[in-house]
Amino acid sequence: MDSMRIMNSDQPILEVKDLSVSFHMYDEGLEQYDLQVISNLSIDVKPGEIVAIAGSSGSGKSLLAHAVMGLLPENASTTGTMLYKGKPLTEKDKEKLRGKEMALVPQSVAYLDPSMKIGSQVLGEKPDENRKKAQKKAFARFHLDEKTEHLYPFQLSGGMARRVLVSKAVISGAELIIADEPTPGLDLEMALEALRCFREMADEGKAIILITHDIDLAFNFADRVAVFYAGTTVEIAPSADFVKGPEALRHPYSKALWRALPQNGFRPIPGFQPYARALPKGCLFAPRCPHKTEECEQTIPMQELRGGTVRCIHAT
Amino acid sequence: MLLEAKNISFRYNERTPWILQNVNISIEKGERVGLVGPSGYGKSTLLKLMAGYLKPASGEILLDGQSLPEKGVCPVQLIYQHPEKAINPRWKMKKVLQESGMFREEVMEALGIEKEWLGRYPRELSGGELQRFCVARSLFAGTHFLLADEMSTMLDVITQAQIWGLMMKEVEERHLGLLMVTHNHALADQVCDRIIDLRSQNLK
Repeated sequence: MDSMRIMNSDQPILEVKDLSVSFHMYDEGLEQYDLQVISNLSIDVKPGEIVAIAGSSGSGKSLLAHAVMGLLPENASTTGTMLYKGKPLTEKDKEKLRGKEMALVPQSVAYLDPSMKIGSQVLGEKPDENRKKAQKKAFARFHLDEKTEHLYPFQLSGGMARRVLVSKAVISGAELIIADEPTPGLDLEMALEALRCFREMADEGKAIILITHDIDLAFNFADRVAVFYAGTTVEIAPSADFVKGPEALRHPYSKALWRALPQNGFRPIPGFQPYARALPKGCLFAPRCPHKTEECEQTIPMQELRGGTVRCIHAT
Repeated sequence: MLLEAKNISFRYNERTPWILQNVNISIEKGERVGLVGPSGYGKSTLLKLMAGYLKPASGEILLDGQSLPEKGVCPVQLIYQHPEKAINPRWKMKKVLQESGMFREEVMEALGIEKEWLGRYPRELSGGELQRFCVARSLFAGTHFLLADEMSTMLDVITQAQIWGLMMKEVEERHLGLLMVTHNHALADQVCDRIIDLRSQNLK
């Protein structure tokens, strides 16, 4: 793909449409079945933009990242379309682009090679002087001691390993960065520094997808927020609406997220996200929803509402 | 009952730098204490020491003036950040509960564990659902102190509020001592009645 092509800034770098992901699984004995874990998921990110993804644990946030990067395991199959700079993104493209034009900050610090020292791991093969300089700068920025370069991953604390992973993406020069939980284990000051760093990269024209549970921090750095539930998007809205609170939000699950924040009352709604093998008909949130009616059992499309989109027929 | 870390110093071996030096903290039963500090400052190490998973290079961990028992159920239980790493991946959840002796109606009810989850493998549950099992496992009759190392960091905020709601109820009813590590100040304010900054303790 030609990365030098001049881009219309309104054209998304990445556009995911109606993505579904399922895993082929074994049940008892040799019984096999398909477990659909992502359904009809759509999201896009433009140059200069941070799109934060919030949502329940196990709602498919990391899987989306892995689907885009071509890192799904072999028993996974996907349907729907993925466009990178307007062109279909094939598995071959993903392999070619990842680590270069697209970079992933993986969720688990276990993604570091346990038998490789941090320095060479972050620099990659045959680094040039610029890359070395960038690495030193990134480490200094995240308060990683120079000695860190000579350590193995097991010698780092959780937060230090996290900062190493973020540094690697920062110096990658990638145009699309998907950061999967870059802030756990970081103290507030460091977490803010990491987010500022992503904001700067976005302001330089890069596109960033920020998957996070630290939503209260993300609201202040992201342009838009997508809320996931049970493998699909339930709301995509400007960050400002999440800063404002429940009145500005559209989906009952987004409102529930806001109210569950420790600083906003710490009040959780009861119940659980449905298991992928036992999804309800129609709206996936209906079993926990106070506004549930009979119509909720039909297929619910995403619809435009007050400058955002929402998957709820009762949203106003 | 009092859980104390007395003049604790720790390093992995003689060639590596000190992680903790002369740390002193104590928690009374019934107290809810938050432990904060920058990353890499030894918070997780201190919790592992206090739960008896690591031995200090010098200093003592004392429970009412005695060292932690080496046999039987440890009255100090540790809950980790990643429940999926703390549960046997090849066991169904029922067996996980049975092993700990916590396969009991009232425990499951108190922690909101659904009957239907018991027939599943750990990979078939979300992090928040798994973490309930980890909390359940740690709530023996003989447990007096719970140490939680970023227990809810990997959970969404609704699940986080649910789990802490259940934890606080149990801590209150059983009059347990709680020491929790978090980077989230708003969460610490909600959960704790006292906060210790490791920077003021760790003299390394």
